[in-house]
Amino acid sequence: MTQSNRIAGGQIDRSRTFRFTFDGRTYEGHPGDTLASALLANGVRLMGRSFKYHRPRGPLSAGSEEPNALVQLRSGPRQEPNTRATVAELFDGLEATSQNAWPSLKFDAMAINDRLNTFFTAGFYYKTFMWPASFWEKVYEPIIRRAAGLGALTREEDPDEYDKGFLHCDLLVIGAGPAGLTAALTAGRAGARVILADEDFRMGGRLNAETLEVGGKAGADWAAGIVAELSAMPNVRLMPRTTVIGAFDHGIYGVVERVSDHLAVPPKGKPRQTLWRVYSRRAILAGGATERPIAFENNDRPGIMLAGALRAYANRWSVAVGDRVAVFTNNEDGLRSATDLQAKGVDVVAVIDARPGGSVLPGIRHLKGAEVIDAQGRLGLTSITIRQANGRTETIRVTALGVSGGWNPNVNITSHHRSRPVWDEAIQSFIPGPDAPHGLTAAGAAAGALSTHGALATGQAQAIAALADLGITAKAAALPNAEDAPISITPKWYAAGGKGRAWIDPQNDVTVKDVKLAQKENFTSVEHLKRYTTLGMATDQGKTGNVLGLAIMAGLTGRTIPETGTTIYRPPYTPVAMGTLAGRSRGKEFKPFRLTPSHKWAEEQGAVFVEVGMWLRTQWLPKPGETHWRQSVDREVLATRKSVGICDVTTLGKIDIQGTDAGAFLDKVYCNTFSTLAVGKCRYGLMLREDGMVFDDGTTARMGEHEYVMTTTTANAVTVFRHLEYCRQVLWPEMDVQLISTTEAWAQFSVAGPNARKLLEKLVDQDISDAAFPYMGAGSITVRGIRGRLFRISFSGELAYEIAVPTRYGDALIRALVEAGKEFDAVVYGTEALGVMRVEKGHVAGNELNGQSTALNMGLGKMVSKKKDAIGMVLSQREGMTDPNGYRLVGVKPVNPEGRLTAGSHFLEIGAAPVIENDGGWLTSKVYSPHLGCDIALGYLKAGDQKMGRRMRAVNLLAKPPTETEVEIVSPHFFDPEGERLRG
Amino acid sequence: MIFNHPILGPRDAQEFVYLGDASLMRRPDGMTAGIEAFHDWLYNRDNPAGEHRELWYHEQGDRSWLVVTRNTVTHEVIRVELARDVAKAMGRTK
Amino acid sequence: MAETLHSLTALGHSEPETHAAGPCRIAERFDVALASLAARKGREADVERAAKAAGVPLPGPARWKDGAPYAAFWVAPGMWFVEAPFASHEDIVAHLKPAFGDAASITEQTDAWVCFDISAAELSPLLERLCNVDFPGAPDGFATRTVIEHSGCYLVKRGPGQVVLYGSRSSARSLLHALETAAASLA
Repeated sequence: MTQSNRIAGGQIDRSRTFRFTFDGRTYEGHPGDTLASALLANGVRLMGRSFKYHRPRGPLSAGSEEPNALVQLRSGPRQEPNTRATVAELFDGLEATSQNAWPSLKFDAMAINDRLNTFFTAGFYYKTFMWPASFWEKVYEPIIRRAAGLGALTREEDPDEYDKGFLHCDLLVIGAGPAGLTAALTAGRAGARVILADEDFRMGGRLNAETLEVGGKAGADWAAGIVAELSAMPNVRLMPRTTVIGAFDHGIYGVVERVSDHLAVPPKGKPRQTLWRVYSRRAILAGGATERPIAFENNDRPGIMLAGALRAYANRWSVAVGDRVAVFTNNEDGLRSATDLQAKGVDVVAVIDARPGGSVLPGIRHLKGAEVIDAQGRLGLTSITIRQANGRTETIRVTALGVSGGWNPNVNITSHHRSRPVWDEAIQSFIPGPDAPHGLTAAGAAAGALSTHGALATGQAQAIAALADLGITAKAAALPNAEDAPISITPKWYAAGGKGRAWIDPQNDVTVKDVKLAQKENFTSVEHLKRYTTLGMATDQGKTGNVLGLAIMAGLTGRTIPETGTTIYRPPYTPVAMGTLAGRSRGKEFKPFRLTPSHKWAEEQGAVFVEVGMWLRTQWLPKPGETHWRQSVDREVLATRKSVGICDVTTLGKIDIQGTDAGAFLDKVYCNTFSTLAVGKCRYGLMLREDGMVFDDGTTARMGEHEYVMTTTTANAVTVFRHLEYCRQVLWPEMDVQLISTTEAWAQFSVAGPNARKLLEKLVDQDISDAAFPYMGAGSITVRGIRGRLFRISFSGELAYEIAVPTRYGDALIRALVEAGKEFDAVVYGTEALGVMRVEKGHVAGNELNGQSTALNMGLGKMVSKKKDAIGMVLSQREGMTDPNGYRLVGVKPVNPEGRLTAGSHFLEIGAAPVIENDGGWLTSKVYSPHLGCDIALGYLKAGDQKMGRRMRAVNLLAKPPTETEVEIVSPHFFDPEGERLRG
Repeated sequence: MIFNHPILGPRDAQEFVYLGDASLMRRPDGMTAGIEAFHDWLYNRDNPAGEHRELWYHEQGDRSWLVVTRNTVTHEVIRVELARDVAKAMGRTK
Repeated sequence: MAETLHSLTALGHSEPETHAAGPCRIAERFDVALASLAARKGREADVERAAKAAGVPLPGPARWKDGAPYAAFWVAPGMWFVEAPFASHEDIVAHLKPAFGDAASITEQTDAWVCFDISAAELSPLLERLCNVDFPGAPDGFATRTVIEHSGCYLVKRGPGQVVLYGSRSSARSLLHALETAAASLA
């Protein structure tokens, strides 16, 4: 059985043959086929199972609106669930499998749901999975997840790449049917920058599926000619295989280009898909229209499809879906399917026309005022039951039925900003409403102009109007001749027969019965109807079913359709793969890495790195023989305290602040005073937020009369800079202050320990003796002739300096420091040792600067000057923030030196129950102090300054069971509390 | 969203960082206004459905702070000004 | 005095490297000295005069202007980045300070950035995959800050196939990786 249903003509390339498999069986098709057209050509109608009842299903459509023919495409890590066979472009070697069926598509055990359909009615979820609440997570959800959900992933990592990009245009044309092509041509000829995007791999829209002529040529040929002309225009970008998924604010559109989906494997370096962010000045929606079915019993049988799809398969893909075909229509367009199929030599056995009067097709059994009321054939259509105008019923043997209930303009994107479509009586459907996204207009069938002439005319007119808005004059060329027949539709939504189910939304298995039940239970608003029955909530977003469902609801409630209204649409227009949204931001490429100037050297030493924001910092540097990080860290701490240690501190934010008001400016942004700082000195500064909480801290040096260098924490470098810009532009715009970040311009190293000066003296060209360069000194120096800076500041509590050179010399400087330090047994230490030493010294860092702590909490209350108007000064004095019994920074030691501390543990008095009323505060940072030989911690303790020497419990409530350690509350300055070493 | 930057023309809102209501510009003087006035200024804001003046920072651009007048219902951007100019016009000085 | 300190490029080499990726050539520049120059309040006229005398171009918003020895591009209201040959102007601040005196705030920026020369017959296909700049719509000499690979960059359009890109120095390798990946996808 090789392509038994292929007929003549069409737009497939018969010179080449593709072999592909579906459920393990091999078939043949041609370039130009979709998976659905190729399967239909091979006589395969059954392609899937429905979501809830597991009903056998074949394709309903020939496009992206497809609700039924969802398959798993490819295998292994490239396996992709829920792919619409109707838009999956065939390639050689394509593998597809059916989904939602077990053990096989023809015999699906879950089809038992179909027999149990009375249990699975509207509101089933809400009624069944109600209580007890605890059942949700453990019982109901797993059951639902297993039973529902369509296809599956293999859980292997997707090997393909996905990309993102940005495009700009004057005019974005969405859809390349007759309207879109005309709009693009009109704008392209006027010189405008145009993007024409179409979801299909062949531009031309419906013209490819019709036998209609345009300008005396076959429609498809006319379209190909326009595409050729457009592709020669440098100002026009043609984007086939590209779906506009959403309209966002101010002319921004989300656009997915399927770069390699039509290939077995993407070419090397090419992405599978690209998500484009298109900036358009104007946009025209020329997305065409989607045909809708008419509901009748068992209208979901494989072989029953939309009438327009039936003829698209015949005209474009040269496939006769069945050997005996009937058409059920309520409009003129449905008749085209009958005449086209007959012209192709297919046996058209009947046209069942719901309209009572009018002319009759010649040479075809054309029944007026008739309806299809039932269909037979479980795995594929075998016959239909019709009821004629005189009430007589008859069974007709057919293998395919085309149904047309009219055409719904694809208004979706016009609704993305909540515009409600409006009812058009003439075409019995919704057309774009007012308040569409700014700059977006609709043309062609999307605007309700369903004839070919209407598409050409509105496409041209909308393009001229859109360009006129932009001051671009476009000419109205003579339009080619094209049909302009009215659709002549008589509403027909539901052809009632017996008691069986008639499908509205086939993917989610919403039937007329469900709509009736919703109405009976008073869920009559369209929004309730949608949620209660799940109408339109499947992956197809109800493209074929929505209007049908609400029209039936209108009928049940006695309201008109406009009174009933419609739900609106959200992006994306068609499903988008998660990988496409992620783009290249995954794995190690999730975000860039920032490397420190000593990175290369540290890598050579086998350093362990830690991510600090985007920075990779040295966490510790293991020496041979060290097997545990604590060995390395303890050694680094002890060696630094004993002699000298070197640490890369480049990541700290550095901001150059200049101007005649620089000092006054710093007085505003820091709670302490900087205008009085002497040139050549630095000072620790505390920055508050307006609410009085501490924002950031760091050391700021005065390098000249009007020149300061501020240091921020690594984490807040960006936010502090933003804040300073805010202060100088918005709050005090007359201040003479200029800012520039220099974080990356300087490689900066901390050199700390009793031998720090001796080490630096070997490198620095100037005198840096205590007299020449006292504690908190700052200034320009040269390092072996290279310009640099030196700051005598300490985070570790040791005699310490920070030395900086332009970043390009940073690698040389770390090597020079290590070399010069050999005679002192200098170590290079990482962030862990840095953390140990700062806790030993009682300095606050990220865990204490948590955005909820005041200067008073940190024991730094005296730094807040009330003599000047600094940010946060006023509100830091609020009641509650000045509570003498509020949190204070304390040091914590275990009573038993073997006792272990855990950051995050809570303070409780001895004997107090672990309840919130007794909570005394918490441990913020904990380290092991090799110096003291035990765990130590910092913490915020209520009235902590009054509790020195007290014994309490540190209780880790997160451990199961909770653990606790008896602790002593001590000064946070564990090490050299008098600061004698700093000034050494 | 797109903001029509007064100096640079249309720029994607992705380049900007949002701060909040532009009434934040009316910071009271810390040496004269009390806690109540500061509290009212910092915390009590209108939340209009409609026209709203907002502070945005062009972090990935020219680092200008802007006052954007925007309709919170339609997202229409009605006006974009340099915050520095607005601040000066309000009489903010040093 | 012991030997002086050697220098490393942002990509971690002693000499700048050139990479061919797809149709593009990406060359690290290591010969540019860079400084920010900001006019002090009320001193705009003095800055203009001094700039003219010193041969520092001060282009308008979103523009780069060539000159010798100085070229410059606009970065913010009243602020420019001034470029000069590194060999002659390594301490660029020391060169500029005497010319501008206290009329301007000048800060060395040379090593805050990695600088790439990117060239191809046509750079639009590369840049549209990297940033939201309307490159084909921008004139030659267009200079803007933009985001590439999640981080702020300055992009200067020298021509349809010629761009100078400044990215943050610490993420030079990530930036190059992004450039190369995008360029390779064009092949």
